[in-house]
Amino acid sequence: MDEALLRSLTPGVLAVLVRRGADFAAAEDAVQDALVEAVRVWPADPPRDPRGWLVTVAWRRFLDAARADTARRRREDRLDEEPAPGPARAVDDTLQVYFLCAHPSLTPASAAALTLRAVGGLTTRQIARAYLVPEATMAQRISRAKRSVAGVRFDRPGDVATVLRVLYLVFNEGYSGDVDLAAEAVRLTRQLAAVIDHPEVSGLLALMLLHHARRGARTAPDGSLVPLAEQDRGRWDTGLIAEGVRILQRALARDRLGEFQAQAAVAALHADAPRAEETDWVQIVEWYDELVRLTGSPVARLNRAVAVGEADGPRAGLKALEELDPALPRYTAVAAHLHERDGDLTTAARLYAEAAHHAPTLPERDHLTRRAARLNSRPRP
Amino acid sequence: MAKYLLLKHYRGAPACANDVPMDQWTPEEISAHVGYMNDFAARLEKTGEYVDAQALAPEGTWVRYDGEGRPPVTDGPFAETKDLIAGWMVIDVDSYERAVELAGELSAAPGAGGRPLHEWLELRPFLGLHNPCVTD
Repeated sequence: MDEALLRSLTPGVLAVLVRRGADFAAAEDAVQDALVEAVRVWPADPPRDPRGWLVTVAWRRFLDAARADTARRRREDRLDEEPAPGPARAVDDTLQVYFLCAHPSLTPASAAALTLRAVGGLTTRQIARAYLVPEATMAQRISRAKRSVAGVRFDRPGDVATVLRVLYLVFNEGYSGDVDLAAEAVRLTRQLAAVIDHPEVSGLLALMLLHHARRGARTAPDGSLVPLAEQDRGRWDTGLIAEGVRILQRALARDRLGEFQAQAAVAALHADAPRAEETDWVQIVEWYDELVRLTGSPVARLNRAVAVGEADGPRAGLKALEELDPALPRYTAVAAHLHERDGDLTTAARLYAEAAHHAPTLPERDHLTRRAARLNSRPRP
Repeated sequence: MAKYLLLKHYRGAPACANDVPMDQWTPEEISAHVGYMNDFAARLEKTGEYVDAQALAPEGTWVRYDGEGRPPVTDGPFAETKDLIAGWMVIDVDSYERAVELAGELSAAPGAGGRPLHEWLELRPFLGLHNPCVTD
């Protein structure tokens, strides 16, 4: 059975139920039930019309639950009040599900969890495993999120930027355990790009594809980080790179630049260099200038300092760094790198060790500790 | 989201304001304290922020490798160990501010006289297990 196909039908089926008058939370539960049923039944008895099958089963589940609910509350007239089924608007409706799951009233983490379930069709257990929390905790997080958006009208247009932020967040969670959140984010962004024509949606999709293409080269067999300059570029996925570049070029041609397109442009320039030494750092600096202009983000300024260090030499990079707040995450790691390139290995070793002490993740801490150790163990005159 | 460890110490934390040893509380005060802790955990489960909570026995054993083919050496417990962990709670929250807020609430668990303990809890962030995919 094609589980990806099954899950890709999730938001459309959910939207049909909501259009027929089901409230979002109950409809979402019914769709989950239908997905579970599909996994059980389809391998032996595949339906001719998978989407129709899911709609039928989910709607039946919804009615059963609503009737039980109605009986409990002695409100027999409830179903009669529901509006008649609307016309089929599968494409728009899928987009509405994205908007609802990324509603601004939700915290980013809740929006991510709800998106993975209601748009992605993942089970609560899978989402809980991906985020390394107990299933009960994730179930509560999702049901609270559903309650938060209970009063939101389904047919209001949402802000695509909030959806993109949620998908970006999911992508950056990467891969831990048995659910590949980066791949899932790529899938959901692809699906989004199919229902809305927006240069930043394309920009984010291109960014994800270009980074995903390097995934195999980013970690050594022992799990340690391999920095961009030292990656085996032969292991980059050229198919994903070509697709990412094509999508990005089409988006850029529309002349509505946004932060994701600018980030994707940087990633494309890296992808374009057959060897690290051939990287077009001058152009990368220009893209970071755009990114700083668009977002004012301190992280963009920090990355810009790295690029300046490559384009104009480490002294220039250090000078660009001086204008930034030393409390920025990864500031010290960048300073260490620039001092190393400048030949001041003693300072670099000290800064790498200091950066390791403040590293937010285990792989980064180990990587920075190794850098410090390598410099400290060098033969000295 | 970010995970934090809330560490409770038998020994090693600065003294708390309501510093009466537990064995000198009334049974009702002990029940009130335990009830507060359980309610706190249950509330975090509902908000989707709970990960784990465990209590530890005060006395343990020190163990170390003693060379090929030999059984490990055991020793202790050592009375002079300064830092003695009593238990922990792991939370998964949106921000550092939220983690501080929750630790503050946990520290207000009632002690002798039903008054808050004002106990010092140690708040430690978890290191992430993997780096963000987009770093350059």
